[in-house]
Amino acid sequence: MARSTVHIAALIAASLAFVPGARAEGLVPYKIISDGIPESLTGSPGDAVRGRALVLARTTTCILCHSGPFPETRFQGDLAPDLTGAGNRWSVGQLRLRLVDASHFNPETIMPSYYRADGLVRVGRNFAGKPILSATEIEDIVAYLATLRD
Amino acid sequence: MSFWRAIAVVAFLVTVPGLLAGEIPSDARRSGYSFMGPETRAIQDDDTSNPGMLFVLDGEALWAKKTGSAGKACADCHGDARNSMKGIAARYPAFDKTLGRPVTLDQRINLCRADHQQATPLPYESRDLLALSAFVAQQSRGVAITAGDDPQAKPFVEQGRNLFMQREGQLNLACTNCHDDNFDKHLAGAPITQAQPTGYPLYRLEWQTLGSLERRLRSCMAGVRAQAYDYGAPELVALELYLMSRARGMPMETPAVRP
Ligand code: HEC
Ligand code: HEC
Repeated sequence: MARSTVHIAALIAASLAFVPGARAEGLVPYKIISDGIPESLTGSPGDAVRGRALVLARTTTCILCHSGPFPETRFQGDLAPDLTGAGNRWSVGQLRLRLVDASHFNPETIMPSYYRADGLVRVGRNFAGKPILSATEIEDIVAYLATLRD
Repeated sequence: MSFWRAIAVVAFLVTVPGLLAGEIPSDARRSGYSFMGPETRAIQDDDTSNPGMLFVLDGEALWAKKTGSAGKACADCHGDARNSMKGIAARYPAFDKTLGRPVTLDQRINLCRADHQQATPLPYESRDLLALSAFVAQQSRGVAITAGDDPQAKPFVEQGRNLFMQREGQLNLACTNCHDDNFDKHLAGAPITQAQPTGYPLYRLEWQTLGSLERRLRSCMAGVRAQAYDYGAPELVALELYLMSRARGMPMETPAVRP
């Protein structure tokens, strides 16, 4: 009896961990364990070279707010911490969760949740129902951020 | 939050009437001008180099030109704009009793065209509309903003404030996140200002033309990947009204120049 209660509690906890954001069509479900998402969203590791290019791309929006070790561009933001050393400060799972849903760490954050497509207000016609980044793009960026060691 | 901290926060909110956390105290408000580099300031400071003045001159000509089937010019009703229009733009958007809602200066000009000149409305952002509103607003240069003082405008100011505070778009950001909380910082290298609407319509070097406050608001909305309100939409007017009331007492500087 006691054992099955524990079992049910574990099941509920596990299903709650599948964040509602991931329910929207086309988003792969992910599991938050403590303060990270340990498993790759795509099931395979990302490409750090592509990830660096993505972080620098204006459409990805990262360097609107962040600066980092990017000597080739003057147009970097200062609304957010410099990304240099991010790979020392955070585990891969934490970096992944931060990209997927930064509000998990700080509910008031201005950093957008990059893998979320519902619960938003007045999303532009061209963007409605889509996350800012695809699962593959998230994995590429996570792979790149993990290489940022002082 | 600790008990004492909570008390301190409440005390702060009580001693600063009407000011929400994050809002800019009135003595700390700054025009977008103060965020610009010396070159851009120099363009605004000198009327002979300010490209906005070309629109003002066009507007002056249109003011005196008879138009519409009534065959009347603005000047036929209002006379010399230097007197009749002084301080008017500093009160806009203004509550219109007939319509029961606030109207922008652009909308007022089109109401005058419809009601008094029997002329077709000028499209939003058209050269003629911008020229007329720049000419009218220039008569308020240096005049302190009072828009939103009318008690009937208050609910619309409040609506605008709520819109200003509302996160929106795929990037899920509110106006206040940038313009109250992060002015003086840089978005991809460009300075963020307090979004004080003191200089509209204004010449934006990036646009290579004069543009309205609504154009600016719509591009900020597009920037956070939100669906921008149509020109003249009540929400946009409410936002404009809130911005003006937030800039209460600041001097008008139309036609301003911005990067
Ligand atoms: C609108 C602003 C904004 C955008 C856009 C943004 N961030 Fe952030 N980011 C922040 C802020 C602010 C923080 C500080 C922590 C917090 O408030 O959540 C942060 C924190 C981080 C951190 C942890 C920094 C550290 O080392 O402590 C990482 C890593 C990060 N962001 C990566 C990214 C990446 C990658 C992108 C683009 C895909 C991005 N951010 C886009 C605002 C932003
Ligand atoms: C035949 C008369 C007439 C003409 C022509 C006319 N107006 Fe008006 N205008 C008025 C009246 C009357 C008002 C007061 C409110 C109303 O009726 O719309 C007014 C109000 C205004 C106001 C607001 C003043 C305030 O106190 O709020 C502005 C600005 C204005 N007009 C500009 C113009 C411009 C620009 C034109 C030409 C495009 C123009 N008007 C043409 C009669 C006229």
